[in-house]
Amino acid sequence: MSRARTGKPTKVLVYRHAGVTRTTHWINVLALSFLLLSGLQIFNAHPALYWGAKSVFAHPWLAMDPAERAGQPVGVTIIFGHQFTTTGLFGWSGKGQGEPRGFPAWATVPTYRDLADGRRWHFFFAWLFVINGFVYLAMSLITRHIQRDLWPKGWQLKPAHVWHEVVTHAQLKFPKGEEARTYNILQKGAYLGVILVLLPLMLGTGLTMSPGFDSAAPWLLDLFGGRQSARSIHFISAWLIVSFVIVHLVMVVASGTWNNIRSMVTGRYAIEVDTAAPAAPANDAAGEVA
Amino acid sequence: MSHETNRRGWLTAAGASVAGLWLAACDKITENPRSAAVLKSAEGLTRRAQRLVVDRKALAPEFPATAISPDFKPNGSTNPDDPDYVAQRDKGFADWRLVVDGLVERPLSLSLADLRKLPARTQITRHDCVEGWSSIGKWTGARLGPLLDQAGLKPTARYIVFHCADMLEETLDGTGQYYESLDLIDAYHPQTLLAYDMNDRPLPVPHGAPLRLRAERQLGYKQAKYVMRLEAVADFAHISRGNGGFWEDRGYEWYAGI
Repeated sequence: MSRARTGKPTKVLVYRHAGVTRTTHWINVLALSFLLLSGLQIFNAHPALYWGAKSVFAHPWLAMDPAERAGQPVGVTIIFGHQFTTTGLFGWSGKGQGEPRGFPAWATVPTYRDLADGRRWHFFFAWLFVINGFVYLAMSLITRHIQRDLWPKGWQLKPAHVWHEVVTHAQLKFPKGEEARTYNILQKGAYLGVILVLLPLMLGTGLTMSPGFDSAAPWLLDLFGGRQSARSIHFISAWLIVSFVIVHLVMVVASGTWNNIRSMVTGRYAIEVDTAAPAAPANDAAGEVA
Repeated sequence: MSHETNRRGWLTAAGASVAGLWLAACDKITENPRSAAVLKSAEGLTRRAQRLVVDRKALAPEFPATAISPDFKPNGSTNPDDPDYVAQRDKGFADWRLVVDGLVERPLSLSLADLRKLPARTQITRHDCVEGWSSIGKWTGARLGPLLDQAGLKPTARYIVFHCADMLEETLDGTGQYYESLDLIDAYHPQTLLAYDMNDRPLPVPHGAPLRLRAERQLGYKQAKYVMRLEAVADFAHISRGNGGFWEDRGYEWYAGI
């Protein structure tokens, strides 16, 4: 280090994300966005969910229905037997008089009701999502990205440490300096949960809804409790992924929007280091959190 | 404060218009034939992938009698108004005949009594509508494979087309008539039936009396009701709008395994 030791924090760019991680991340953003919007279009064809193998039409656990109240059309959402009026959002929405539909036009692709087109979008991006996911998993296992950067270290799992991280995150205080080089336990938990649980669950429950695939892998039906249960779990997991994305975006903004976006585009992430304790420059740090 | 409110209002408006433009763009992509073809390309991939991983004889799951749906939903046509069909229905399908023709060595004309003498199968299976719901029913019917062998398929036959009595959409050119088609893999699948009984009783009119197709590894729209004629063909490009089925002509996948 030729820089003078002032003791003041200095910004250093570390190489945080490998090319595969960055590429598959953005392809995933594209695929999951269209999967969600086209998935809501498909849901709208029969906006009700059931548990078990078959639909017991009188007892959905979730339904978004049109109804009439005082001569006016309204949207009614039923969750576990509780009714909510959701006109304009669920059950009845649209310009002018509106129309019966589960989710509103702005939440579906295409905006108008068309199951056939919704399915086209959904299966096209499902293939992109699956291929992209396998490339990410294979490469991340080969380069040991998952084992090295995402798998929690023993000391990170101690309850006191986890609680400390929860408290500091809730205060929106994020690790600085050397600590910011590696993922903390909450990041690891969230990323692993999405990568190894939620996303595979979407694929598994999606395939379980296929009558063709069911004949090859009937065990999927036992695993998820039947086709209608699989459809319900598919729906719930989709919203869990949406909640992950919301928290993820809040954290990106709270911990430095442009720094985070740059690191997912160019791979370089700025951390502040105390020059009294020199940090390795960017190229030496390659692979640290890549 | 008001500056902040303005800024926030402006940002919200900008965000909403970007989202609006984005969704409008998606509609345009959906309607553009070239981009629609790209989206459609996934169907071929799905069909090939499923044919690769699913054994051609793999059976659709079957269920115990206790699983039968008391509320099995009839969809599409539920009471065809075609005059010939109505006349047959009123006579209890006594003189009704199933015609088997096209690329066959021995064209057939079979009564319901003839069909009941053919090798039969009973199965309790799940009916999966493309809309997302499922109902479970018990079906008894003539296995399609032995019936086709009786007619003797010519070597050029590649698909079986199911012509139905119901007009599901009023069109000037007759393309609103319901029809479906299967390739020979699914036509000869052991669970592929021409069902004449549902839940131990003659098939009711809302569910396709007197005869409906059961092709259990595909979605509900493949399970043609009111089947009047089977036609063995080399391809189905000349039939109706050329996509192999009523819903296929309206944008749905010909291979309905997912």
